[in-house]
Amino acid sequence: MVDRIADIWGTRTPFAQGDRWPVRVDQVLAKGLSEQDVDRWVQSACVLCSNGCGIDIAVKDGAMVGVRGRAMDIVNHGRLGPKGLFASWQGVSNKDRLTQPLIRENGELVETDWDTAMDRIVSRSKALLEEKGPLSHGFYTSGQLFLEEYYALGIIGKAGLGTPHMDGNTRLCTATAAAAMKESFGSDGQPGSYTDIDECDAIFLYGHNMAETQTVLWARVLDRIGGPNKPMVVCVDPRSTEVARHADVHLPVRPGTNLALMHGLIREVIRNGWIDEEYIAAHTLRFEDLADKIEPWTPEAVAAECGVDAAAVVEAARIFGTSQRVLSTVLQGFYQSAQATASSCQVNNLHLLRGMIGKPGCGILQMNGQPTAQNTREAGADGDLPGFRNWENPQHIKQLAELWDVDELVIPHWAPPTHAAQIFRYAEQGSIKFLWISATNPAVSMPQLPRIREILAKPELFLVVQDLYLTETTQYADVVLPAAAWGEKTGTFTNVNRTVHLSEQAVEPPGQARSDLRIFLDYSRRMDFRTKSGRPLLDWEGPEDGFNAWRECSKGRLCDYTGLSYERLRGGSGIPWPVNEEHPDGTDRLYGDGVFPTHADAAEDYGHDLATGATVGDQAYKAMAPNGRAIFKTALYQGAHETPDGEYPFRYTTGRTAYHFHTRTKTGRSPQLHDAAPAMWVEMAESDAEALGLGEGDVVRVESRRGHLFAPVRTANIRTGTVFAPFHYGYWDAADPAEADPQQRPRAANELTLTEWDPVSKQPVYKTAAVRVTKVADATGPAPAPTTTASRPARAGRVLATVGGAAGEVSETIAPTEPPAAPRDEVRS
Amino acid sequence: MKLPIYLGLLHRSEHTLAESFRQVADGHGDEPDVYFLCRSLADQCEKHEQALLPIVERYGEVEKDDEPERLHADGLSKTRSGAVGLLRDLQDLYLLGSLVDITWTAVKQAAQGLRDAELLEVVTRCEGETKTQLEWLSTRMKQAAPQALIVAE
Repeated sequence: MVDRIADIWGTRTPFAQGDRWPVRVDQVLAKGLSEQDVDRWVQSACVLCSNGCGIDIAVKDGAMVGVRGRAMDIVNHGRLGPKGLFASWQGVSNKDRLTQPLIRENGELVETDWDTAMDRIVSRSKALLEEKGPLSHGFYTSGQLFLEEYYALGIIGKAGLGTPHMDGNTRLCTATAAAAMKESFGSDGQPGSYTDIDECDAIFLYGHNMAETQTVLWARVLDRIGGPNKPMVVCVDPRSTEVARHADVHLPVRPGTNLALMHGLIREVIRNGWIDEEYIAAHTLRFEDLADKIEPWTPEAVAAECGVDAAAVVEAARIFGTSQRVLSTVLQGFYQSAQATASSCQVNNLHLLRGMIGKPGCGILQMNGQPTAQNTREAGADGDLPGFRNWENPQHIKQLAELWDVDELVIPHWAPPTHAAQIFRYAEQGSIKFLWISATNPAVSMPQLPRIREILAKPELFLVVQDLYLTETTQYADVVLPAAAWGEKTGTFTNVNRTVHLSEQAVEPPGQARSDLRIFLDYSRRMDFRTKSGRPLLDWEGPEDGFNAWRECSKGRLCDYTGLSYERLRGGSGIPWPVNEEHPDGTDRLYGDGVFPTHADAAEDYGHDLATGATVGDQAYKAMAPNGRAIFKTALYQGAHETPDGEYPFRYTTGRTAYHFHTRTKTGRSPQLHDAAPAMWVEMAESDAEALGLGEGDVVRVESRRGHLFAPVRTANIRTGTVFAPFHYGYWDAADPAEADPQQRPRAANELTLTEWDPVSKQPVYKTAAVRVTKVADATGPAPAPTTTASRPARAGRVLATVGGAAGEVSETIAPTEPPAAPRDEVRS
Repeated sequence: MKLPIYLGLLHRSEHTLAESFRQVADGHGDEPDVYFLCRSLADQCEKHEQALLPIVERYGEVEKDDEPERLHADGLSKTRSGAVGLLRDLQDLYLLGSLVDITWTAVKQAAQGLRDAELLEVVTRCEGETKTQLEWLSTRMKQAAPQALIVAE
């Protein structure tokens, strides 16, 4: 047994370059239960990060009582991380679950039945359609529902109502991944694979604290580091994360300066001639566009702007330029920072320069934050058109109109879809009057919370919230719908490296809770949405009908699911798309042939100017004639818009801890995870803390131009001048009433963040703001921050180590079977 | 030679556009993308003005010419408010930007006729940025128009 709170990544199983990652099956059961007590194991995949680990749910007496990793799954080879182990089931089987719909009566939410709740939604919806039309409706969903649910929602919005105002909280976590791939390669679709970890000579992690955000993926990296021929590791992160501690080169950039660093790396690689001119000539366009952007960024200029060593920049570029096989991974440190798309495209560009794409060990992982974010993007629930179709391509609109048997004019394709911050802006201005929020908690997760609360509280906004629990957002709702959770419904979802999993229903939902799919289908039926020929628009009986409909929609597109079925996904490993006649066993990597979906007929997007977000448009795009070649894109460096000054002297940045997911609706209800990171803290460098007379655990007020919060300080290994705040903590589990009121005792990280977004991906900027810090009280103990992660104290020995004790124990079975193999790449010319 | 007339027109219209971008930024601070981008684009227009200075030094600049001003493009006197107000303000910027754009075109023709490499280099650098400014304004207006014209109050 291993304490997996104390040892987040579990026992090492080192392996050599090119070998398969050994299996280790992690299993945990409720206290007092042994394997013999389990009635049955039900196949699923984990939904507590974007990694997508295959998981089996233990069921006893109709309840979830534990989990184990699936040994044969190509994603995790049996492993699970602390969130999956402790929160996937305990975060769902909980006495706090919503079991009945609620409606607002005389200002209070009261219990009601489904008919009454749905009637209220439908009558408001119909009245608004009559009075104002579809643009009065907005939908804000999640990265945590299932594919079939997103596709249903997408059809409702695009073919039923006809509103462009649809987005997911994926806008906050992964929009830049999609945007960067569209700009560089013509379409969303992950080029790389997790198997690139097994093969690479070097791994670059750009703003990606993989050790905490995808703990099982990091275990795979650790096992490479622990084995023969270990890869070089380069880490770009202002904090001394676990990744940084294992890095050969750590570049602790000032938040907001990523693009300057990327320009500097590209400049070095080109100047040293570490580029593949043949590949560039044959497979790319616009190489010459890079020159004026990168020219000023000598290693010394990068050092001055980013606050890193010039020699480290040179060394990082050398590693990239001289290694044969490099894997790059990118996440929120780039996606949620200034000039997100331009910086992330520069990662793609490094690989294009060296022709290192689509070959073993030569991968790009533009990561996702959430387990099903890929499906939000694919199925159209984030506003993009389903199947990576292009809103500027009339042929793509026609395909959808035929598929759904609706008038092309109904499908909103006159402009890009409305992104989350703009949806909230329209609600603020009163032109969106009906907002349906599913499986997300914007009252904690959106930037600038004082403003978000005002919008949600507007009396003229009809707010529907669909969730497992009462949250900070449900308190503003007119109708609250109790949703069935993971394990209580069947469906599929797709992880970062395109691997599709089936998740089967293991238990019944509590009380009257219903699956999100059933709720959406019910709304469609009650609204009487119909096709041109008069049939119901959504006539699915259940999730498998939805999956089959989606297969049809995906046919011939890059994300082709036609070779998959529920039956095919039962029993074995998840399978990476495309899966079709050409690739019957799935596809490990894309673009091995150097042919990209940039042809005007295929492209998901005609691209943007990365500095302003101006669309390129179909004419200019066709004139460029990319025809299968990738496109070098970036922008001039500008830096962050809000930087420190005399009044607000610190750079404020937000992020994650290994023990929590999002706003803790699930992880906060797992005793092991809650105890490991029970309450809000902020991190500062020791020298900064000393200058303000602060010691470990002293309570500070952190204030930006938009709001303030109170939290104890952890003196941590973070670059000076920077304040870090975890974004997980809100108000639902506050110990006393004053702490539950953001007016009285604010503590959420997003009280301080600013409303601003990347001009292309429209992803909000959470990583840069200017703040000031003042002490408000002496410490009553150390800050409640884990010691096992990036929040570990700067000086050891003064804070008790984070442990799980008996409750944190997990059984690990090393190498019970041979490791599974990913689908083999087709060898093409 | 009448080129100094066009250099004057270009100089003045870039200046007007810069001021107007700044005005729209300040007037629509609740639209963060408009706020930040209009400020950046105002800076960009001012850089164009700077880039013209050495050219103006060589050819001179004429404030008034024989042709009477028929169309007055004095910039925005004041920004509007609300969704339609934003649309109108962006539209005014688009008109001012179009004036700048076509003036660059005329100056570029003259630069080619004059075989003036220095002027050509300045034009090439700036006219692309002006086009992108127009493309951004058009992109943003396309996004804003349906909501402003159909449902905004």
